Amino acid sequence: MRVTRASNAARIAAVLGLIGLVVLALGPYWAGRADMRLMSEIFLYLALASLWNLMAGYAGLVSVGQQAFVGFGGYMLFALTIFGGLSPVVAIGGAAVLGALIAVPVAVLIFRLRGAYFAIGTWVMAEVFRLTFAQVSSLGGGSGSSLPVNIVRSMANGRAAREALSYWLALGIAVVVIAAVYLFLRSRQGLALTAIRDNELAAGSLGIDIWRTKFVVYIVTAGLTSMVGALIFLQKLRISPDAAFSVNDWTAFVIFIVVIGGIGTLEGPIIGTLIFFALRETLADLGSVYLLILGAVAIVIMLKAPKGVWGLIRARYDLELFPLSYRVHTDKKEG
Amino acid sequence: MPDPLLSLSALDAHYGDFQALYGVDMTLMQGEVLAIIGANGAGKTTLMRSISGLSQNAPNQITYINQPIGALRADQVAGLGIALVPEGRQLFPSLSVEENLLIGERMGRKGPWSLQAVFDLFPILEERRAVASTSLSGGQQQMVAIGRALMANPDLILFDEISLGLAPVIIKSIYDALPGIVGSGMSAMIVEQDISKALSVSDRLYCLQEGRVALEGASQGVSREAISAAYFGVGS
Repeated sequence: MRVTRASNAARIAAVLGLIGLVVLALGPYWAGRADMRLMSEIFLYLALASLWNLMAGYAGLVSVGQQAFVGFGGYMLFALTIFGGLSPVVAIGGAAVLGALIAVPVAVLIFRLRGAYFAIGTWVMAEVFRLTFAQVSSLGGGSGSSLPVNIVRSMANGRAAREALSYWLALGIAVVVIAAVYLFLRSRQGLALTAIRDNELAAGSLGIDIWRTKFVVYIVTAGLTSMVGALIFLQKLRISPDAAFSVNDWTAFVIFIVVIGGIGTLEGPIIGTLIFFALRETLADLGSVYLLILGAVAIVIMLKAPKGVWGLIRARYDLELFPLSYRVHTDKKEG
Repeated sequence: MPDPLLSLSALDAHYGDFQALYGVDMTLMQGEVLAIIGANGAGKTTLMRSISGLSQNAPNQITYINQPIGALRADQVAGLGIALVPEGRQLFPSLSVEENLLIGERMGRKGPWSLQAVFDLFPILEERRAVASTSLSGGQQQMVAIGRALMANPDLILFDEISLGLAPVIIKSIYDALPGIVGSGMSAMIVEQDISKALSVSDRLYCLQEGRVALEGASQGVSREAISAAYFGVGS
């Protein structure tokens, strides 16, 4: 009897994933401008979904206010480049640090709430962020502002190089986020997080500080979400409070992705992102009917497959693409 | 007389809206093994939850090495060297046997217990170290729960319903292992339904009845009649 983490499927997935990553990294040399924009958007949603999944699926923190950090990150990009004179790429890193810092007092406040109250609390926080930034007249107040042309030009020479850079940044952050979540879950902290998810009572009585573990997850998620937010608005080149703190765009769609893909798994958000964009690209012309279809899909999945599409696949074929759990191979029948 | 390791003074505790403990006084000396007996609903599990910090009390109602711990969180209490073997095992289903044990080691307290020491105590666990904890029998799961608590190298170990739901042969093997655990000077509190088992391993006993201490005394000194009276609340 042998025990391993990796299965053949995981090894094949690693190889195919690596090849896929190289192909994607070469995107600017083979993809058209519209395709690159779409793929960048897919990468950014993938990052947001993986982060929300870490927080809700593993740490049990069901936030419906992550748009607070997407919008905050976007505004920090504008503030750091326009007033701080930083280059956009440096400002993206700065947005991550500031997002993590602003999340500390937010967490101290909302961690006093539990369950549904916590969810509502996060939403209220996001509204506070939106209303606050709408008051900042130097960033355009309620009507927002555009990124000055000289800052956009400073990124790279020429439009093609600029678009390639912003494509690579989006791909890069998706890879960084998924790798970070994966490594976190395999670390000692990840073991503690899994223990908390399995059984909070036993975890606490074994000396795991439940509050601190969840706090760390929340802060890290907030920082990385702000970073994604900065990139999103670097691509849009224009920011306004309503777009930056949109609960539909940055939280509802993200929850849809995670829930239909499979919450509490690393593969779920990837599958969910692909399904979401497949639906959007084929149905978006239908207008509000498209949103009705999205809602219907979500309801059907929640009723028929509460563990999402990946949950169905895993139950049927015992597959795992990211080797997180242990598996036993029996060479002979046990007595 | 030396200071007690753990003492409860006028401990009141609630289970939801229901008051489960009324003014419980209790002392535990270093190296002592206490048995806590009592009928269902007498407050035994609430007592374990209060001591281990899973439910909060006024700070001074529980003192441990002359330090008030009544209001501490469970992880803070665990850090002071009190480990709980919870009722119903409460293992982590998505972790292997070995990972379950390693979680117990997180406090980093020094002492005689290590992965190897636990495997020496319960050899079956070494054989099954890599399987999912849920695939074990109830008795083996109880061994994992005990081993997990020992890995923290506690000064005081609390066993809640140590033999509940286990087969007699398994109960015997767990009781056979107890001297190896408390022999090294570790103090213990054992919640047990089986009174003769409880008496055989303990120095003193407390009998709870409807949230109050109905009887306390040396395990070898109390009569069966006194225990029956305290247990059921009948007689004089």
